[in-house]
Amino acid sequence: MLAFQILIDGFAISALYALGATGFTLIFGVSGVLNLSHGAIMVLAAVAAWAAASVLHLDTYAGALIGVAVGMVAAFATYFAVVQPIQRSTRIANEEKEIFVLTGTLLWGIMIQELIAYFFTNNAKTVLPIVGGVVNILGVRTPKNEIFTAVMCCLAIGLLWLLVNRTRTGKAVLAASMNPRGVTLLGLELTRIYVVVWAIYGILAGIAGVLLGMFLGVSSYSVGPLTASAFSIVVLGGLGSVSGSLIAAFVVGYLETLTAYLVSPAYRTIPALLLLVAVMYIRPQGLLGRR
Amino acid sequence: MAAFFKSRLFFVSLAIVVIAATLPFYVSGYVLGLLTVAYYFGVFAMSWDLLFGFAGEVNFGPTFLIGVGAYTAGILNNQYGWSVYLCVALGALAAVIAGLVLALPALRVRGPYFGLTTLVAVLILQNFVVVFADLTGGEIGLTIPDVITIDPNVNYWIALGFMVISAAILYGLSQSPIGLVLQASGQDPVQAGALGFNIVKHKLAAFIVSAFFSGLSGALLVFYFGTASVGTVIDIAVGVNVIVAAVLGGRRTVLGAALGAIFLIVAGEFLRPTGELATFIVSAVALLVVLFFPGGFLGAALSREGRS
Repeated sequence: MLAFQILIDGFAISALYALGATGFTLIFGVSGVLNLSHGAIMVLAAVAAWAAASVLHLDTYAGALIGVAVGMVAAFATYFAVVQPIQRSTRIANEEKEIFVLTGTLLWGIMIQELIAYFFTNNAKTVLPIVGGVVNILGVRTPKNEIFTAVMCCLAIGLLWLLVNRTRTGKAVLAASMNPRGVTLLGLELTRIYVVVWAIYGILAGIAGVLLGMFLGVSSYSVGPLTASAFSIVVLGGLGSVSGSLIAAFVVGYLETLTAYLVSPAYRTIPALLLLVAVMYIRPQGLLGRR
Repeated sequence: MAAFFKSRLFFVSLAIVVIAATLPFYVSGYVLGLLTVAYYFGVFAMSWDLLFGFAGEVNFGPTFLIGVGAYTAGILNNQYGWSVYLCVALGALAAVIAGLVLALPALRVRGPYFGLTTLVAVLILQNFVVVFADLTGGEIGLTIPDVITIDPNVNYWIALGFMVISAAILYGLSQSPIGLVLQASGQDPVQAGALGFNIVKHKLAAFIVSAFFSGLSGALLVFYFGTASVGTVIDIAVGVNVIVAAVLGGRRTVLGAALGAIFLIVAGEFLRPTGELATFIVSAVALLVVLFFPGGFLGAALSREGRS
């Protein structure tokens, strides 16, 4: 009984983590950017979905779509207002750009977080689920929303896989992650590929944010922990490796669920953090990372 | 080194320190209290700059070192009632040990991996403070029975003196051959290693120095506050403020970091009427500085002087 409970809850959480981390790792793999405003963009999308439903009184589908759209706009804003100016700056030495992108996106995330807190307060907000009710799976009463979350996450990740591996645009993205110079020599505009990647990233982060808002609820306080968990999952899996991130998301998700059910919810995040430190000691490049 | 005592920077700094030292005679206790905190904060930012600006290591966890120093000193005083000075010394020592423990795995990895390791260290420390609430006071905070002194003027002078001495040591270190090697290893570790310098040893030394001053400052700060809490010495938001202060003031200048910290605390106070938007405004200003003046306040001033 408890085992099934852990299996089901752990799967939903892990799928959500996986979706959140996929976009993050995609951006890093293709353009070498670690976007520390990730959590802020997710929370912004969730809050937009919540506001559309509770303030503008739209139905839940429209609210969810608005949330995803806001996530995409926020991702574009991050790229054009923060990342691109730093990458193109002549006043910042090339080897320091990575550090400046980290600092810049961190500040940008705090700005988004503070704006959310200012306009919508710090209170936790739960987006109205698209599907309600509970079903009984193997004796475990499971909210339909939880199943919906897991299915949507898997669907989004599956579509991403198709997009990257089966379409022309996707192949260009993949090529840019392997050899940016080669792609330029083949006559493809690198900036355009980056814009596509940020769009994909925004949609993924938006979906993840809205689903998180439906499943667990969000508040402006969740910004930091969300960024930290995506960052940890991505490093655990190996920076830039999408399949590594997926495995890492399930490891972290199940480890947290196990701890919460078997030990105490208060210790929930500790084993995953210790695991991360251990991986840093033994295998600094992560589970499936290249050096 | 002798040239420094004749340089313009030395006289400007000396004038600022003299003016700062006489402040208690004509400003209110409120301003003094604000500046006392700002000076301790300045030491946090300067220690961070030694690691980031010179050794090129993105340390997202300055509050790990600060928090270990602060909580060690606080717990020893709270549990055993040892004297303030002994507690402060042991707090600094604990921070150095914590710095070593953190540095050994962290220095094996580079760039973002290093950043993440330090970030995770803060999260783990924060979790442990909450889990061992009996000892640490948990989320409410730890009460500290003793204080250094209750005289606001003396407190102010202690903070100022501490900051000036720390600044002198850290700045001296950054201008010494060790600082140059650190800078070289931050910019091109392979080449610096090829020149025969032991990079790991130098970075470890930078880590220990940074940990020592962070821990010492954290320990002194809790004895000024009379309380230690996650929100004042460990929270990631505090660490972000330290980073923002150093970047605002100018990286690789050490002294700029202290200016940035004082600016940040004073600006936060001026922006208090804007309420919740204060943090937003400070972050936006910091982002603009990062985008348009990557050298920071002091970096911009120094480069202008260098050109003229």
